[in-house]
Amino acid sequence: MIAAVSTIEKFKNWVEHRHQYARDWKARTGGKLLGTFCTYVPEEIAYAAGILPVRLLGSHEPQDVTEPYLFGMFCPFSRDVLAQGLKGRFNYLDGIAEAHTCMHINQAFESWSIHLPVKSFFISMPSKVQSPRSRPLLAGQLGIFKKEIEEWTGRSISDADLDRAIDIYNTNRRLMWDMYNLRKAPNPPITGQEAMFVALAQQMVDKEEHSQALRELIEELKTRKLNRDPGARLMLLGSEDDDTEFIKMVESVGATVVIDDHCTGTRYFWNEVDCVGDNRLESIANRYLDRTPCPNRDWPDRIRFPRVLQMTKDYGVQGVIMIQQKFCDPHEADMPALTAYMKKAGIPTLFLEFDATLPMGQFRVRVEAFLETIGQEDLF
Amino acid sequence: MTTKDIKRYKTKPFDSWKLAKELRMNHYREIAESRTEKGKKLLIGGGTESMLGLPAGLGEYVFFGGEPYAASMSAGDPAFAVECMEATESAGFARDLCAYMRDYLGSFLLDRYYFGGPFPKADFYLQTHFCDTHGKWYQIVSEMVGVPYFSTDFVPLRWDETVEGRQQKVEFFTGQLLDAIEWMEKITGIKYQDELLIEAVKNEFRTTSLWAECAVLNQAIPAAMDEKSMYSFYILAVLMRHRPEVVRFYEILRDEMKDRVANQIAAVPTERFRLLHDSQPPWYALHIFRYLEKFGVACVGANYEFGLSGGWDYKPGEYLRPAVPPQDRGVPLKDREDACRALAEWWLDYHLIARGIRFSGPGRNALVMHMLKDWHCDGLMIHLNRGCEGLAVGQMEIRLALVEAGIPVMTYEGNVGDPREFDEGRTLARIDAFMESAGLKILEE
Repeated sequence: MIAAVSTIEKFKNWVEHRHQYARDWKARTGGKLLGTFCTYVPEEIAYAAGILPVRLLGSHEPQDVTEPYLFGMFCPFSRDVLAQGLKGRFNYLDGIAEAHTCMHINQAFESWSIHLPVKSFFISMPSKVQSPRSRPLLAGQLGIFKKEIEEWTGRSISDADLDRAIDIYNTNRRLMWDMYNLRKAPNPPITGQEAMFVALAQQMVDKEEHSQALRELIEELKTRKLNRDPGARLMLLGSEDDDTEFIKMVESVGATVVIDDHCTGTRYFWNEVDCVGDNRLESIANRYLDRTPCPNRDWPDRIRFPRVLQMTKDYGVQGVIMIQQKFCDPHEADMPALTAYMKKAGIPTLFLEFDATLPMGQFRVRVEAFLETIGQEDLF
Repeated sequence: MTTKDIKRYKTKPFDSWKLAKELRMNHYREIAESRTEKGKKLLIGGGTESMLGLPAGLGEYVFFGGEPYAASMSAGDPAFAVECMEATESAGFARDLCAYMRDYLGSFLLDRYYFGGPFPKADFYLQTHFCDTHGKWYQIVSEMVGVPYFSTDFVPLRWDETVEGRQQKVEFFTGQLLDAIEWMEKITGIKYQDELLIEAVKNEFRTTSLWAECAVLNQAIPAAMDEKSMYSFYILAVLMRHRPEVVRFYEILRDEMKDRVANQIAAVPTERFRLLHDSQPPWYALHIFRYLEKFGVACVGANYEFGLSGGWDYKPGEYLRPAVPPQDRGVPLKDREDACRALAEWWLDYHLIARGIRFSGPGRNALVMHMLKDWHCDGLMIHLNRGCEGLAVGQMEIRLALVEAGIPVMTYEGNVGDPREFDEGRTLARIDAFMESAGLKILEE
């Protein structure tokens, strides 16, 4: 069991001992654990059946176990995730689920299904989320997913079950919003690294438990004063990013990360399920279609860019660090246009390409140079 | 066994080859001329797995497909291809993005058309999205050129798709095709004619079915068609499968294939080992296929050129055969709704490449196994293609499945369009080693 600790430490412990948490949860509840490859998996449906969805993330260690299964030019994140499975670190999972995200994560899902046989679910999530035609398709796909979950668990999911799950998820999302809002303060009461632990824990821990701790944390943050100069206010955006050491380094050289646009951050929780009418699956589908899209789904119009820009305004951002997992095509395709978009809006950007492990010394130099650039008016 | 003991088949060049070349060159000329007063007509840009017949209802037009254009420049002038890619990279795009996209964007940025003159800017862009790059590619281009863009989203069937799931996907895609028609009418101001669409989609069905027939004929021993010649033939279905002259071309090719098979006219006269290839080739290094022939190896096809713009009726574990066009099955094609539904069903049911990109794993492995058996192949040669991640999906799993099944398989790393990522010496050395393991030596000239 994980020892009881202070609220902020609790989130950190959940992230650092995620496997222990999952095993404990299973022993405590007898429920099934479902590994999710992406934040487009409609977790509410699984949760309604008493399943705990757990995001599959990497470990940021060098690995050489995925080479026989994945071509080396597939992104380090997809390889790192598969490596965790191959190394047996998620051997407590009862099933895995993927909603079509990108080819690399799909491939990791397929390889996991072949070599680590557990029950697997695939939802054909449309890419053209801007088309009204996507709504009936996704609602239909969710209907199939729901039936498959019911068959797997041997219990039917009632409307009341769905309502409860939606309510628990929405509550948790609202609390995350509240916590993020506190970061708008001139001297935020929580660092970017700490906020990242809270956001990552959200994808690993039972939402009710997470919400309870989050309520306590928000109360503490209302009076918390950090004994540090916040420095430059930064935004992180781009591919999947759960590198807590990187953000720690950034905040050690004169900055605070106040907001993000990552699937491991705001893109996971920013939108709620807005229940309109009796069809819960349609409402859930709408939530996933209307959330800030990952670049793979952001066409023909660009929905993400104005939302990101609005975040920079709302959070008083002075500079943006644009992070991209090596070989992540959808983000690579967006970077030139997004850089130009930010430049036009007067927001300085720093581009960094991420791997499973980072050259922290080089990145420190580049971040320091970037911060100097942001602060040049003060210098002269 | 000495060289003189090797059985030798008759061989001769394809009669259809000249016609294929003419049709292809006329197409690229038509694209260039569409931007002149003399040859002016509607020019539509996009990916060639778009619904090429869909704009037919607007009247006369020419479709400028990005992928085969990039392949042409990589094959014909690798130095120009590199220049284009460097221009794209200078504009901030990553070097590991789709090689075809980088070729195409660079050609636009340099304002140089590989076939001569300035880069032909389209009147609008029409795309179908089924790999991660598709939807983004023409979003970028339409922003750069400043013309409208529409893309349909292709959500393929699973290998074990349910009736319910298939119906949802058919409705989704059919609806988008109808949306595309409305959109094209709106942005061009041209009244759409359903009867022209119906003729075009019938041609698409016919062309893709005929190409599959040609591919099936290559199951014969000796193979009538070699990989390098196939690249000259399949491309017409990719470029303009909706046009009647292309239907006619494939009828001629099919008949010639039948004649060659009946008379044992071989593509490789010393055929003694048959390979299947996986993924697109490195276009600038097609001579590797000629090198294989020196060992008596016939490369008899690939999931890539068979499947791309090929209509295949596939039942896992049972059959893989040319799909029967809807007009031959009595499917009513009276108006645009009928035509769009038939087109959606054709692509969903019979386009195996798109399905393999979304769903690799056991389904795709089984398809490759099936092809190896039907085409009487002794092994598989996998191009680990850094320039097309879509077709790289599942490749390592296929390799592993074949190794476990005891089927010879070799891999070589390269890039469909970027010669900077191809090591010819190393590739030939890998071929030598693979041949040695198969007990094959270079035959005397």
